[in-house]
Amino acid sequence: MLAGVLLLIFLPPLVAKDLCKDSQDGFKVRLSIKTGLGDDAYEWNESEMFLFRSTLAYAMRKHSNQDTYTIDNILVCNDTQRVSFVFVVTSTDDPDQLIPKEQVELAVRQNKHRINNAFLLSDMTLEFMGIPPTLSAPIIYDTEPWLIVFGVVIGAVAVGIVALLMSTVSKKRRAKEKAAGLSEEDEGIVKENGTALSSLGRKEGVYNQAFSNDDRFTKL
Amino acid sequence: MDTASIASSAQERPKWDNKVQYLLTCIGFAVGLGNVWRFPYLCQIYGGGAFLIPYLIALVFEGLPLLYLELAIGQSLRKGSIGVWHSISPLLGVASMIISLLVGLFYNTILAWVLWYFFHSFQEPLPWSVCPINENRTGYVQECVDSTPVNYFWYRQTLNITPDIEESGTLQWWLVVCLASAWSIVYICFIRGIETIGKAVYVTATFPYLVLTIFLVRALTLPGATDGLRYLFTPDWTLLMDPQVWLDAATQIFFSLSLAFGGLIAFSSYNPKKNDCERDTLVVGLINSATSLYASIPIFAILGFKATSNFNSCINSNILDLTNAFDIGETNITMENYESWLTYLNTTDPDKVSGLNLKHCELQNFLDQSASGTGLAFIVFTEAVIEMPGSQVWAVLFFIMLFSLGLSSMFGNLEGVLTPLLDLHLVPKWMPKELFTGLICVMNFLVALIFTLGSGNYWLEIFNSYVGSIPLLVIAFCEIIGVVCFYGMNRSVHSLNTTQSDRLKTKKLKKYFYKEPLTEWFFVEPKMVLLWHRCKEPFKHLYF
Repeated sequence: MLAGVLLLIFLPPLVAKDLCKDSQDGFKVRLSIKTGLGDDAYEWNESEMFLFRSTLAYAMRKHSNQDTYTIDNILVCNDTQRVSFVFVVTSTDDPDQLIPKEQVELAVRQNKHRINNAFLLSDMTLEFMGIPPTLSAPIIYDTEPWLIVFGVVIGAVAVGIVALLMSTVSKKRRAKEKAAGLSEEDEGIVKENGTALSSLGRKEGVYNQAFSNDDRFTKL
Repeated sequence: MDTASIASSAQERPKWDNKVQYLLTCIGFAVGLGNVWRFPYLCQIYGGGAFLIPYLIALVFEGLPLLYLELAIGQSLRKGSIGVWHSISPLLGVASMIISLLVGLFYNTILAWVLWYFFHSFQEPLPWSVCPINENRTGYVQECVDSTPVNYFWYRQTLNITPDIEESGTLQWWLVVCLASAWSIVYICFIRGIETIGKAVYVTATFPYLVLTIFLVRALTLPGATDGLRYLFTPDWTLLMDPQVWLDAATQIFFSLSLAFGGLIAFSSYNPKKNDCERDTLVVGLINSATSLYASIPIFAILGFKATSNFNSCINSNILDLTNAFDIGETNITMENYESWLTYLNTTDPDKVSGLNLKHCELQNFLDQSASGTGLAFIVFTEAVIEMPGSQVWAVLFFIMLFSLGLSSMFGNLEGVLTPLLDLHLVPKWMPKELFTGLICVMNFLVALIFTLGSGNYWLEIFNSYVGSIPLLVIAFCEIIGVVCFYGMNRSVHSLNTTQSDRLKTKKLKKYFYKEPLTEWFFVEPKMVLLWHRCKEPFKHLYF
């Protein structure tokens, strides 16, 4: 009787350990807490393991849409100092039945982001051996950034070229006007009797006060 | 002022606004990409500090005299390369002009590549730091995984290179766009000849020094910088026995000073006749060599940093492999106790350890992975920049510096084409200068489209090897013969005498020039013979 009771008490954990150790449906998990968090690294202990098991139970719940998964469905073994271990998931209906590997993989992949965040780690530091991480989508730009820089540079250069060309054109125009003005002066010099009327510029003449028309007002 | 003098002033030769512009332009022409990516490499492979001896000897006996010749002859005859050599052999000037034109074609393509990298340096993360994801989003592009992201970005996303030169591939539109921007920037600086060039060089000739100083300060604070510098400067005196070292020193000085292009003759032809060209020669020659030395320090500090980070990642990946395989506690194996752990694990479980295929990490191997030319700038240096904090800033600064260095050298190339054409009055009178320079730029752009094909890089290597080496040596040799034998030693010294009244200086000059043909023969003849043999294998490096 006593032997039977003892067997009943000790059998499940023994069976559980066998389920975990010998099964093909288990996944090896590896955590690199110190690499991921540096000085903020936490200690890996029983409570952290409890959290891990509960997040996996959560993942199974979400994947299978059954609210029956509990923490007892997640069995863990081969715990090492590296912080790596193997886990298996037992079925909710039958504790001796294991959920097949593919199902567990799907569940983990769907919820990897949540599992990572629970432990403040990333795909690099919380590894499930055999489950490749989903790569984040490549960023698709409306306009490639390099085209924007190119546009700015080319725009500035085009403005510069136009400005320089305009300044050349206006310089030439001014030079032409000046040349035309000077040639008129030249003709002025030629027409007169060699007097230096060029000093007068464009003036018609000088008003000589000595010969003004108000001599009728002289005081005589 | 009467109409006659107005007419003559329009025909007057343009001149430099001030002496500083002229010196900066010559320095900018001489200091080019080669000072940054060729000289440090040569220093490293030829025994560090020991290489400076053949380099300085070549500078004094080969570089400075040839430089003096070109500056003096341009200044006294006040013509471009064709006009200057007209009395001796017009072919010499024409050859110079053609070489300048051809070199300008491929040199600006390199600037187009620099622009491409510059445009991409504003992205986060830098596009050459990660492999792109393939179409099904299952992993990275296989070609990139087989190689490295940096190589992939250079060979596939930039050049889109074909397997060999037989397959031309198509025009890569992004390279055409970059080439067009490069030529537009060259045009805007070159639009009115030396008027606009003189203004542009205030920026393009001085900016690289600013960037080099910033890099120097940053590089010296990086870990591993001292390893790189020690590697660069540790002298290996035995290498001085190797004639190849002396040959490469002579070649480097020659190409670095941009001699025989006709550009220096063109620049000095715009000088007043009473300019002291001896002092100019010393200034330009010494600053060019000093810049080479100054640039090699941050370059090698950064290469040392890169080698150290590669070495550290190598060791760390080994540590991770060991930790994972043996389930050891996470930070128990460190870089310091890695060796002791390895020996311990090897004794306890050698099969498992050998099954891991651990990489053999040796700092010397990483330091030996140096490169020159485009390899240094676009592969090695970009990889180093990824590791530096604030990579975008350093990438932007580096590529702007390369662009300014190349742009100021381009001015010399194009001026070596424009000035002779103007002197020969080949330009129709009705065509304004702006239109003519624009035509030159457009024609060059169209011909240079060949370098934007899939096989463009191979074409560029051909141009660089065959156009940019032997022909220049031949021209320089003919220049020496022309001045010494035909123009006459006494006449040239006498004409230079008007610029320096010191009799003692004249005597020294005579001696210098008489010695010059002998040393020139000594250096150039074996150089040409040996380079002829080297023509058989493709040149991988760019000198300029």
